[in-house]
Amino acid sequence: MIVIAKIAVAILILMGALICLAASFGTLRLPDMYTRSHAASKGSTLGVNMILLGVFFFLWFITGEISAKILLGIFFIFITSPVGGHLICRAAYNSGVKLDERSVQDDYNGIRNFVIKRKEDSYL
Amino acid sequence: MAFQILLNVFLAFCWMFLSNDASAAGFITGFILGMISLFFFRRFLAHPFYLWKIFSIIKLFLIFIRELYLANVSVLKTVLSPKLDIKPGIFAFKTELTKDWEITLLSLLITLTPGTLVMDISDDRTILYIHAMDIEDAEKAIFDIRESFEKAIQEVSR
Repeated sequence: MIVIAKIAVAILILMGALICLAASFGTLRLPDMYTRSHAASKGSTLGVNMILLGVFFFLWFITGEISAKILLGIFFIFITSPVGGHLICRAAYNSGVKLDERSVQDDYNGIRNFVIKRKEDSYL
Repeated sequence: MAFQILLNVFLAFCWMFLSNDASAAGFITGFILGMISLFFFRRFLAHPFYLWKIFSIIKLFLIFIRELYLANVSVLKTVLSPKLDIKPGIFAFKTELTKDWEITLLSLLITLTPGTLVMDISDDRTILYIHAMDIEDAEKAIFDIRESFEKAIQEVSR
């Protein structure tokens, strides 16, 4: 029983770490800020949550302690991580970060009129 | 719904006093008996029986978990494929939800759907601007959002 529990915990933690690794590859490989934000906000949510779930089960099965703090942490990451991705994207668009040239459609263009006009030699 | 839960707790306390049993087991027995009596008196209540709503909340939670898993699989496929042939874009999505917390929940769910991310919500709270990783799936994404998420949220808020 303990062996099975340990294997399950190991699988959870390894899967979480692998998903985090893939998400960081995504932030390196994807072309523009918005698609990077996809990888960051989704990959890290599930990765970190799987690691936390693995730690929770480890504490439960091996030491017999049910840690409510970890469950609260999972809940808060679920709630806050998508909101973070949304806010970063919105701030980037409204301060004038361009979409990748492969983009085919932009319905949001011109909805907000407080877009800051940057100079040509700006770092954006 | 909150009123019905309070009524149920009150009935459970009534049962505890009646049977002179101040323990958790007595409370649970009284809660179940109160739930049964509330179920039989449901036509006198203003809203539908609250257990159905709890079931729909659980359903929404399961949809949430499934979508998170699918989103990660699709991101992994895109990132780890040797050639990046994606067509990103932003599309507008007209929502039928009206309350603020419903729209918040919907945008949270959309952000965790495969390949979509909420960019902004229009000022009159009717249009969501969604950035999609692959715009050719956008039609399908709109259909999925309408069919699964909006229905599930409407079931909870009904």
